Amino acid sequence: MSEWQVTPRLPEHPDVLWAEAEPRASYDVVIVGAGGHGLATAYYLAKNHGITNVAVVERGWLAGGNMARNTTIIRSNYLWDESAGIYEHALKLWEGLEADLDCEVAFSQRGVLNLAHSLGDVREGRRRVNANQLNGVDAQWLTPDEVQKVAPILNISTEVRYPVLGGTFQPRAGIAKHDWVAWGYARAAHALGVDLIQGCEVTGVLRDGDRVVGVDTVRGPIRAGRVALAAAGHSSVVTSSLGLRLPLQSFPLQALVSELLEQVLDTVVMSNAVHVYVSQAHKGELVMGAGIDGYVGYGQRGSFPVIEHQMAAAIELFPIFARAHVLRTWGGIVDVSPDASPIVGLTPYAGLYVNCGWGTGGFKATPGIGWVFADTIANDRPHPLAEPFSLARFDSGALIDEHGAAAVAH
Amino acid sequence: MLRIPCPWCGPRDETEFSYGGQAHVAYPAEPSTVDDDAWATYLFYRDNPKGWFAERWMHRAGCQRWFNVVRHTVTYEIAASYPPGASRPEPA
Repeated sequence: MSEWQVTPRLPEHPDVLWAEAEPRASYDVVIVGAGGHGLATAYYLAKNHGITNVAVVERGWLAGGNMARNTTIIRSNYLWDESAGIYEHALKLWEGLEADLDCEVAFSQRGVLNLAHSLGDVREGRRRVNANQLNGVDAQWLTPDEVQKVAPILNISTEVRYPVLGGTFQPRAGIAKHDWVAWGYARAAHALGVDLIQGCEVTGVLRDGDRVVGVDTVRGPIRAGRVALAAAGHSSVVTSSLGLRLPLQSFPLQALVSELLEQVLDTVVMSNAVHVYVSQAHKGELVMGAGIDGYVGYGQRGSFPVIEHQMAAAIELFPIFARAHVLRTWGGIVDVSPDASPIVGLTPYAGLYVNCGWGTGGFKATPGIGWVFADTIANDRPHPLAEPFSLARFDSGALIDEHGAAAVAH
Repeated sequence: MLRIPCPWCGPRDETEFSYGGQAHVAYPAEPSTVDDDAWATYLFYRDNPKGWFAERWMHRAGCQRWFNVVRHTVTYEIAASYPPGASRPEPA
C-alpha cells in the first residue's frame, strides 16, 4: 500500500555536515534562531537571492528548540485563502525538497485524516474540503466506513462518547524526519557560504534611530544590514530590548512517543474534538501531541493533565494503544497570536523583519516560510504570500482567524 | 501539576481552574474616544515576559471567583495570590 511496510534504510553518517563559525563583525543579514525556519530562510536567501553574507545565530544548539520537539505533521488543508496560499506553497516545496537539498528527509505523503465527532465538526469539515478544493488543495470528505479503510485500527463504533462521524482526508499530507530537514538545510546553507553560529544568544537589538543595525550577543555585538527574527516562542524576549511589543503569548506545547512498535498506522490521524493527533514514525514509535498547556510559560516541559487528557483521547480512538507504553514526553515553547495565524513581514523598525506567531503549526511551513521570508528580507517588502500576515493586521482588524479550522491541533 | 492558592479556598490542583491571561488590563475608561491603535493594544497586545507575570485565574470547580496570581513563567513558582482590585505585590 505504501512505503511503511519497508523500513527505510538509515543513511550513513557523514563526518561533517557544516562547520561551526566564529561570529564576524558584520553581515548583510543576521537571522536570529537556527531552527527550521531560520535555516530555510538562510538557504533561500543564498540560493534564490544570491545573498550569502549571512549569519544564523542560535541561543542553544542548531535545531534544538521546536524543530526537535514537534510532531512532524505536514499538511495544507487550511480554511482561509491566505493560509492555503502559504501552506500549499510549503507543501509543493516539500514535494521537491529531497532533490533540491540532495538530502534524504524521509518525507512520506501518507495523508492526514481530520476526524469529525459532532454535527458542528461535520459541517466545518465539509466546508473546509470545499474551500480546499477551490484553492487547489487536495481534500476529500470521508464517511466513517471510508475513514476506517484509511486507518483500520481506528474505533468507529457508535457506542463511544464521541463517535467518528466522518473526516477530511488530504492524501498529499504526511510527515518528515524533522532532524534531517534541519540538517539538510544547514548543510546546504553552509555550502553556499552561510555562517551557522551556535551558543550565541541575542541579548539585545542594536539600532540607529528607527533603523535596526545589528544585534548584541553573548559573544559580542554583530552589525547587520538586516536582522530577521525566527525565534519562535522567544520572539517577545528578543524584541523586548527594542521596546517592540508583539501580539504573542508563549505557551508550552508537549508531545510524547511510545516505545518502538510494529507498524499499525500508515497515515496521520488528528482529532480536535477529543484532542489528540497521532502518527507512527518510520522506526515504529507512536508520536502523539495535543493542545497547548493552559497558561503562559517558558518551561520546556509539559503539564501532566494535558498528557492524561490526550492519552484518554488516544485510547478511545485506538483501543489497541492501551497496551503501549509512553517512552518519553517533552515540551517546546510556541508563540501563539490572537488569530492563530503567523506574523510575517516588516516592522516599525527599518531593517528588522519578523517571522513568528506560528503557534503549534510551524514545522509544516518550513520550506514555504523560508522561501517567502527570504524574499521579504531581500526585497524589503512583503512577499505576496506573506502580505496578509503582516503585524499591521492587528491594527486594521483584517485577521485571519484559523482558530476554527486549525484549532490548536496543527 | 500546579498547586494554585485560591484566596478563598486555599491551594488546589490546576485542573480546578480556568486561565484568564494577563492581569491588570483595564477596559478603556472612555471607549468612544479610543483610537484604533489603542483598541488594538487593548484587544490583542499582552505582556509575554520570561520571568514574573501577574495573571488572572478563576476557581471554576470551586468558588467560581476570579483572582490574580504572580507566577514565574520559567520556574512556575507562585509568589502571590490576591483578590481582584488589590494591587500587584512584588515577589520577594
